[in-house]
Amino acid sequence: MSFVTLQTRTPRAARWLLAAIALLAPVLAAGAAPARTPPGVLVVGQVAEPKSLDPGAVTALNDFRILVNLYDGLVRYRPGTLRIAPALATSWTVSEDGTLYTFRLREGVRFHDGTPFDAEAVKFTFDRMLDPKHPQHDTGPFPLADFFFGHVRAVTVVDPHTVRFRLDAPYAPFLSNLAYPTALIVSPAGVRKHGADFGRHPSGTGPFRFERWDANRRVVVERNDGYWDGAPKLDAVVFRPLTDPTTRVTEMLSGGLDLMLEVPPDQVAAFTGDDHFRLLRKPGPHLWFLILNTREGPFADRRVRRAVDYAIDREALVDQLLQGNAAVASGVVPAAFAWAHDASLAPTFHDPDKARALIREAGQEGAEITFYVAEGGSGMLDPVPMGTAIQADLARVGLKVTIETYEWNTYLRRVNAGLAGKADMAEMAWMTNDPDTLPYLALRAEAWPKKGGFNSGYYANPEVDRLLDAARRATDRDERGRLYRRMERIVSADAPWAVIASGKQTAVTTDRVRGFSLEPSFSLLLWRTGKQ
Amino acid sequence: MYGYAFRRLLLAVPVLLGVSVVVFLLMAVIPGDPAHAILGPYATPENVARLQAELGLDRPLPERYLVWLDNLAHGDLGRSYSLNRPVLDEVTERLGPTLLLAGTALLLCTLMGLAAGVVAAVRQYGWQDRVLTLLVLVGISTPSFWLGLVLTLVFSVQLQWLPASGMHAPYGASGALDVLRHLLLPAVTLAVVAAGVIARLTRAGMLEVLRQDFVRTARAKGVREARVVFRHAFRAALVNLVPVIGIQTGFVIGGAVYIETVFQWPGIGRMLVEAISARDVLLVQGGVLVMAGVYVLINLAADVVQHALDPRIGT
Repeated sequence: MSFVTLQTRTPRAARWLLAAIALLAPVLAAGAAPARTPPGVLVVGQVAEPKSLDPGAVTALNDFRILVNLYDGLVRYRPGTLRIAPALATSWTVSEDGTLYTFRLREGVRFHDGTPFDAEAVKFTFDRMLDPKHPQHDTGPFPLADFFFGHVRAVTVVDPHTVRFRLDAPYAPFLSNLAYPTALIVSPAGVRKHGADFGRHPSGTGPFRFERWDANRRVVVERNDGYWDGAPKLDAVVFRPLTDPTTRVTEMLSGGLDLMLEVPPDQVAAFTGDDHFRLLRKPGPHLWFLILNTREGPFADRRVRRAVDYAIDREALVDQLLQGNAAVASGVVPAAFAWAHDASLAPTFHDPDKARALIREAGQEGAEITFYVAEGGSGMLDPVPMGTAIQADLARVGLKVTIETYEWNTYLRRVNAGLAGKADMAEMAWMTNDPDTLPYLALRAEAWPKKGGFNSGYYANPEVDRLLDAARRATDRDERGRLYRRMERIVSADAPWAVIASGKQTAVTTDRVRGFSLEPSFSLLLWRTGKQ
Repeated sequence: MYGYAFRRLLLAVPVLLGVSVVVFLLMAVIPGDPAHAILGPYATPENVARLQAELGLDRPLPERYLVWLDNLAHGDLGRSYSLNRPVLDEVTERLGPTLLLAGTALLLCTLMGLAAGVVAAVRQYGWQDRVLTLLVLVGISTPSFWLGLVLTLVFSVQLQWLPASGMHAPYGASGALDVLRHLLLPAVTLAVVAAGVIARLTRAGMLEVLRQDFVRTARAKGVREARVVFRHAFRAALVNLVPVIGIQTGFVIGGAVYIETVFQWPGIGRMLVEAISARDVLLVQGGVLVMAGVYVLINLAADVVQHALDPRIGT
């Protein structure tokens, strides 16, 4: 048999190769220039595609990060803190009984669509979300409206620059809730014009105005030169949805992003050694803890609960497992709420001997424990490795832990229904905007699951309930702080939860980004940020 | 043949209806629902109940299915809970990129696989054969998402020749050349694994054909070897490869999900994964319906092509 000879094959092979190079060359050449983003335009890597740019319609931090740049609320947090400061409202008064809040509004502010900001716009924003009979109520649903503003009875326009809220009961967290993205003020003209599509054609009063939204590709916002607090430095911001954390990292490393959020703990090392990048970390009002079943099983005994506190090596979890992406926490009020957290409450020292002693005293050596562990979930840090590490810590002091894992949505349903008959302990994490929220919803006797709350461990202490109710009514902030600190100390002694860590926000920026810092509220404020 | 094709298309309708019922049931059975997914940690029982009522999730299952079917008849696939836009808009926007990616990958893997298989067969036991067989083995064994990451690290991070993800440049206008640059890595990644299977089967098929009498006859007649290989043997072997290519199409479209995730390609595979995670029933229904329709059409096309290549194969 004769094969094609080598001489005739080589030119053909060479021809194929040349053809391939000829085809690819223009493709590669078109992008041979480094993938640097243009100056004045900040490219931000988000963790997901936004759901909507209508502040009332969304619940996810991912959406809030864009919204706080497009809209303003009546109040906001002072940069770098969780203290309330004026925004669209210049001042306010609260009535003696704590049910009437009157706000004086800033004058001369316009929405991006040109219409004026006034008391009518404020009333519209809240009535739309809260009043089922409002003509634009069908632009919802508004999942968090009732959660934050269920106590609002009426919103009244006193005059074009004065608006009054009447609450059905004194509710001190109201101001913090007004600083939350759900309360950002929307343009009534915009909502009337676009209806349910307002979320894709947003109009607010914020430092940036909406330019375009290409689904699954980018949201582009441009500088609002007429911003009432001074125009931002950047020309524009591009928000890119990159759901896969590894893809976010490769985009950052290859120059496709200027700012990236939520760095996976394992990838932190890729940025710390490199001068081109700045790694930022800041703890926020976040808490990661274990709910213990105080009604039945080994944890009905307080000694065993305190033993868990001594048995867990929090430092190792935070430093080695989470690689510094969280800080050790103590107390049920996150340290970020400096005015309400008891700083003297030191985290329990890791003391396995003491744990063993307590377990022996309670007669629970070798007790079998069912531990619910989530497979993921917003704010859950690294739930499976953390669960495994905790299991090992408890095994060391003589408790036999069996882990059951569930996918996040399934997990929430199981845990929120209560641990009775199912588990002895479960992981949980919360991000809040006010020290009231978490204890009120998860530690009161009135908050047991069958009453609609999140107290899945069935903790009940009447003194704690009394303190929380009083704190809700108090109008003086120092008084509130005192009440929360007392509540914290009691809960710490009862140990219905093992409080482990406070998650840190993480972000990476290139060295060309200036004036960016992480906010304790986890808001992404780009108003003072610049780029060379 | 047109009658055959038409009958196959008609049969697709009950298939698609059946698929939609199964998907609906599955989404209802798995724990979790859109209201919980939307509310996340704020899912108090009363919040959930209110949201479920607003989204129409508190109606009985058969009623919800019939409402969906009725809307479908009017060309309305509903509104996505997680994305807050019409399902039809989202699905039609996401299908194109997946077809582009899968189509390009299929083209590449077919060309690479056929070429490799032919060369390996013609040079049986030669060094080309051994090298290609090794490459094929490596290709088949490599997980596609891992390969994608490695290629990204080399070409995007280290060399900065190609973009790391997405379909368009983040800022500024984006033309066909820009899309091509973004398409290169994902398509190659997807193609490499599928090419291996095609290469092996091409090699086997070619070897079998090359031994046959008609090939010996052609050579005896003095036909140039290249012509023998490509004009005669290859064409004969190709007929049996068409169904394989059809199956690899399925593999490529399925594998697109991983690649779309790694490269953040805005395709329908990734959309489905995220929709299932968010328990977005309507989006899952719409997406699966479209994907099932695409599979049906591709299968039909493969059968028609095979019949056209060799009319002896019965329909």
